[in-house]
Amino acid sequence: MTIVKASMAGTVWKVLVQEGQEVAAGEDVVILESMKMEIPIAAEEAGTVKRVIAAEGDFINVDDDLVEIE
Amino acid sequence: MTVTTDNKHAAYLEEIHKGGQSKYHDKNAEQGKLFVRERLQLLFDDGVLAEDGQFANVLAGDLPADGVVTGIGKVNGQTVCVMANDSTVKAGSWGKRTVEKIIRIQETAEKLGVPMLYLVDSAGARITDQLEMFPGRRGAGRIFYNQVKLSGRIPQLCLLFGPSAAGGAYIPAFCDAVVMVEGNASMYLGSPRMAEMVIGEKVDLETMGGAKMHCSVSGCGDVLAKTEEEAIAYARQYLSYFPSNFKYKPALQEPKLPASFEKTIDELIPKNQNVPFNMHDLINRIIDEGSWCEVKKLFAAEIITGFARINGQSVGIIANQPRVKGGVLFHDSADKAAKFISLCDAFHIPLIFLADVPGFMIGTQVEKVGIIRHGAKMIFAMSEATVPKITVIVRKAYGAGLYAMAGPAFEPDVCIALTGAQIAVMGPEAAVNAVYANKIAALPKEEQAAFIEEKRNEYREEIDVYRLASELIIDDVIEPNDLRKTLENRLEAYKSKELTFTERKHGVSPV
Repeated sequence: MTIVKASMAGTVWKVLVQEGQEVAAGEDVVILESMKMEIPIAAEEAGTVKRVIAAEGDFINVDDDLVEIE
Repeated sequence: MTVTTDNKHAAYLEEIHKGGQSKYHDKNAEQGKLFVRERLQLLFDDGVLAEDGQFANVLAGDLPADGVVTGIGKVNGQTVCVMANDSTVKAGSWGKRTVEKIIRIQETAEKLGVPMLYLVDSAGARITDQLEMFPGRRGAGRIFYNQVKLSGRIPQLCLLFGPSAAGGAYIPAFCDAVVMVEGNASMYLGSPRMAEMVIGEKVDLETMGGAKMHCSVSGCGDVLAKTEEEAIAYARQYLSYFPSNFKYKPALQEPKLPASFEKTIDELIPKNQNVPFNMHDLINRIIDEGSWCEVKKLFAAEIITGFARINGQSVGIIANQPRVKGGVLFHDSADKAAKFISLCDAFHIPLIFLADVPGFMIGTQVEKVGIIRHGAKMIFAMSEATVPKITVIVRKAYGAGLYAMAGPAFEPDVCIALTGAQIAVMGPEAAVNAVYANKIAALPKEEQAAFIEEKRNEYREEIDVYRLASELIIDDVIEPNDLRKTLENRLEAYKSKELTFTERKHGVSPV
């Protein structure tokens, strides 16, 4: 199990995956909006999305949990 | 071989060149480590040309070369000095003669004006010998003093093959760059055992001071290599961008065209400022094919630093990476850039800044870690740099990001914008919000969007790149696909630049 974490503070702009979905290593799972930029956050390892923790519009801090992958 | 008077010389040499006991050679092999003399064979074009002090501590019997090989060899035809710990001899630990040999080879490197390489694999000081090797004038402290004195005079590179513990950890710290072998290299002031004893922390060696941690989190390592062979190959490539010492410029190499790609630079840069792209794709299209040599790839990846060649000439590239953290500058990215800029400037390697930067990160977290003083380091190093400085605004340069990326006020030789680039205190979204927030709030809801769009468009016109060029704020606007040719021409034109920044004892660098 791995948790995809936010690389920087910002707002969750788009969640690109749903629970149960397969993702590849390096695939973007969430896009944050920070400093007026789109910040894509990728899964480090391949797996299945077990839980989407962050919701669109949430403010998140660096290292906050976004998506859990199994 | 038993030593007798008749065969003394040959017998001693055989013992010395064998290194430590065979069980330690076996242990090395198990860990994927090469014997120190094999490492040197791989590093040098034709082996060690001159070795000094190989008979150090020969009478002790079990301390061949006193655990360190020091000598001179050639790398890419260029003379270099080297010290290399022998981990089969008392785990590469330092005795009195070990330290003296290291100090002497540093002195030799200074006299010859050639790069100094540190091949480190050492458990640290021999506590039993401490009075002779630790505190005195020619104790271990002198190694670090010499490193500081040599800094910027000759290139100093560390290859870390094993531990560099406690005081020994400062050898890599004072080098221009450190290559670490994954799984074997480590740096720490106190071992996990000591940490448990003294502060009660339970931690394994890899987490405490492993190669991967240092190359991606602490920034003490610059390059993570999978094997010793890979580390040595990197060192040979790295040195090819440098002159022997600060009095010379790097040698020109055979010019090459950039690799060819389907997409042009123009096609790969998204028009929407907020959408990321991979800056490496742009770098690959402007540098000589196969000439990329990245430094600190895994650390603060929102800024890219690396050596390359353009038309055969060494250059240092500092580029924002919009694909990572939006290319925003953080405390670590500023540190990374500051050291790289200073390194290039010391050895006459021209700097190319590729700016696509929304600015420095804001928020409480970065203020607490002192982003302002870290950002100041980058601006300080960049200001002081007197090598040819070419600034390219690839897409945008907002706020202090423009300053840190060698904006017009910082004496670049030229500040070029690609068509479509934006330079401003902040982007249109933030600016309209900052100026008209109250007015927007006072408008009826249905009119707000149209008003905001109108003001953003006005703002975009105000910061239009041709307006900036018309005001002579930037020196040229070019089509993205002409970037390589422009850089070739500019580098050729600036070759004769010789400048001293200012006269003083030294600046007071922010830290």
